Amino acid sequence: MNLITFTEAGLFCSLGQFYIDPWKPVDRAVITHAHSDHARYGSKHYLCHTYTKPLLQLRLGEGNYQAIEWGERININDVVMSLHPAGHIIGSSQVRIEYKGEVWVFSGDYKTENDGLSGQFEAIPCHTFITESTFGLPIYKWEKQETIYDEIRKWVTQNMEDGFSSVLLAYSLGKAQRVINALEQNQNIYAHGAICNSQELLINQGWELPSVQRITVDTEKSALKKSIVIAPPSADGSSWMKRFSPFRVGVCSGWMQVRGNVRRRNADAGFVLSDHADWDGLISATAATGAEKVYVTHGFQSAFSRYLNEKGIDAYEVKTAYGQEEEDEGKETKIDTP
Amino acid sequence: MNGMSLFATLVHALGTSTKTNDKLDALVDYFGEASPHDKIWVIALFSGRRPKRAVTSTLLAAWCREKANLSQWLFEECYHTVGDLAETIALLLPEIKRGINPHSLSYYLEKLIDLSQNSEAEKKSFILESWEQLNRQEKFVFNKLITGGFRIGVSQQIMVQALARTVSLETSLIAHRISGKWDPMTTAFEELLGGELASTDDSKPYPFFLSYALEQLPEELGLHEEWQAEWKWDGIRGQLIKRNDKLFVWSRGEELITDKFPEYNALLNILPNGIVIDGEIMPSRDGQPLPFALLQTRIGRKNVTRKQLLEAPVSFFAYDLLEIEGHDIRSFSLSDRRKNLDAIVKSVNHPALLVSRIIDFNNWNDLKILRDRSRENGAEGLMLKRMSSTYQVGRKRGDWWKWKIDPLTIDAVLVYAQKGHGRRSNLYTDYTFAVKDGDKLVTFTKAYSGLTDKEFAQVDAFVKNNSLEKFGPVRTVKPSLVFEIAFEGIAASARHKSGVALRFPRMLRWRHDKNVDEINTLEDLKRMLEIYGK
Repeated sequence: MNLITFTEAGLFCSLGQFYIDPWKPVDRAVITHAHSDHARYGSKHYLCHTYTKPLLQLRLGEGNYQAIEWGERININDVVMSLHPAGHIIGSSQVRIEYKGEVWVFSGDYKTENDGLSGQFEAIPCHTFITESTFGLPIYKWEKQETIYDEIRKWVTQNMEDGFSSVLLAYSLGKAQRVINALEQNQNIYAHGAICNSQELLINQGWELPSVQRITVDTEKSALKKSIVIAPPSADGSSWMKRFSPFRVGVCSGWMQVRGNVRRRNADAGFVLSDHADWDGLISATAATGAEKVYVTHGFQSAFSRYLNEKGIDAYEVKTAYGQEEEDEGKETKIDTP
Repeated sequence: MNGMSLFATLVHALGTSTKTNDKLDALVDYFGEASPHDKIWVIALFSGRRPKRAVTSTLLAAWCREKANLSQWLFEECYHTVGDLAETIALLLPEIKRGINPHSLSYYLEKLIDLSQNSEAEKKSFILESWEQLNRQEKFVFNKLITGGFRIGVSQQIMVQALARTVSLETSLIAHRISGKWDPMTTAFEELLGGELASTDDSKPYPFFLSYALEQLPEELGLHEEWQAEWKWDGIRGQLIKRNDKLFVWSRGEELITDKFPEYNALLNILPNGIVIDGEIMPSRDGQPLPFALLQTRIGRKNVTRKQLLEAPVSFFAYDLLEIEGHDIRSFSLSDRRKNLDAIVKSVNHPALLVSRIIDFNNWNDLKILRDRSRENGAEGLMLKRMSSTYQVGRKRGDWWKWKIDPLTIDAVLVYAQKGHGRRSNLYTDYTFAVKDGDKLVTFTKAYSGLTDKEFAQVDAFVKNNSLEKFGPVRTVKPSLVFEIAFEGIAASARHKSGVALRFPRMLRWRHDKNVDEINTLEDLKRMLEIYGK
């Protein structure tokens, strides 16, 4: 039985009459996480994880939000729905749907390595698994995050010695918090407004995160000399960056695995740090669910589904409107405080 | 750090640094630290002197798939996303755990050279063994040594500057000393840069003097009497050398191509010794230029057939004289060099050697009118050279300008797309275009360049959302995006469905204002072939 169908407006559970991460306004939306390609404006009722709610309020403004905990079971018209940690960003969740013993899980975006903020990804046993595939090719294999953090720290130190500021481009919700944590021992980390907004909101919510200095028109240029600056990818190449001169740019993204992308971004350094599962992560997560049937969404869906089929798993590719933004070549819409 | 690791670090630094000065510093550091034997190999590699390919790409890919346990389609999927075979393999092979790699760059290169004699099994064993010694960055570099095309964001000019700084010599001297025929296996660093080799090597060419495109009005160059105008020929720029009764022909790419043009053998006995002529290797009959497409049928072939010699005969259109009676005369004025050149060509009096004639003109306006007739003359525009100019090294502004005619253009629709390479990896940037033929579309050219990064990103998004079918790496897309395609020439071709082959096609602009009904037709192309294809 199809517990989820793929419709014009997004993933739809007709038995429960709700959508998951719809890309059009609907009556009831279950939201996996607060990135804007998954959490869109205009639905009448949103249900999400407790940690996600304030982030949704920040992005989408006031509205009708319901928050639940991981593992909490919600009954909607005979369907049991629950959220489970996805390890992608703070509050990110997988959606489990059960109806008369049949279980489907939608992964949302996920990564299998625990980043210390987003919770440990849990593989949920199910009959049908709907998985993302952002990095669904075997060329994408991540180093342990500590190794990457070390690289970032070394790069920052070298830049300071050479008299340069270090501008690190990281998505403002998720990656930025990880990078700021990794650089915690440094004094005075400066950040772009979009990143400050997320950071301050999370601190106010009780997250133990280092505070960062907001860069404003009044920030003294002298204070920015040889500094560390965290900025969203959209700031790259903008006139906003000029105040940091001389500076070097480091891009933190899974796409930096391929040299051509580093060169195209004109980055001085690329750090392969991702909030998505790598190839091995996708395979192990999919296998651990024990699913007989797998739908593969955004990313390298045709390659990953073909691979799964070769391994004897019934897999199909699905076209969605996800992945348009976040790690997609570093495009990002601004997060503004309403 | 030792040899191979040091070199891999250099390649990484050159590939990621975005400023010329950083690249220069990285090279100077490298030349300060590396062993002399590795240094000579780096000069060789960065000046296009790559050893012959010891292992085919097909075999490399097969061994990688075997090692990483991957099916062929998945490997290819990865390759098309990465856009570089050497890098794809480095990414797919398991990362190794090891301490210091004991081997030098020259160790691997010389092993690879020896390997070309070996059996496939021996090749495989060396490649697999090496992959296990090298970390990811080194593996990439190692694979690049085999697959070639070391285009890693460093020009020969930057390397020359770095060497000049390292050994405290003038860049023009370095450029000359590292040019020509020398073997990194047997040449010592000091010998090459100390100039001992240059004085004994009969084949040694001079670095070419290259021009920039004229961007201002010719009037701004000053008095027209101070300038010499010639046709700009579309052939292969080359140097013809005779020293010690031996004849050499070099291409601008510093390839010795004497054997490819037997036409020039006739000059061996009639040219005086100690002579270097700069000019264009041109397909030509009775002194008249023929289209470049004819020459293309000859280059790339190992042996030239008699049929080719008949169908695509070649002459040398001489531009300049760089050496006479063994003396380097590059510091003479152009007009003096030209007088000498004319005298020599006249005395040789052979159809294989012609002077590229000087165009008479009375004022800049006359010249503009003449330039508009370039195509009728088989040329792609004009060259303007200051008569008092010396023969310089590399691309320089000021004394030589190329003044090309506007390209031919045609409006066409994008029908196929493929992912690009290098910095365009994982982006659909390689396109095939079609014109109308009745109610059908006929593909006629590919083009990869001419759009801004932003436009490429937009087309990429369009391709991803509008693909109709997928054939391996190629996607067919809904024919709706119209582009103005510019090209330098057109020739008949039996190999293309459309019956034409274009010279240097590229996207001039994206015609947002046009839809697919408004593009040009196959008839239009054929008409162009009629007018310009002869």
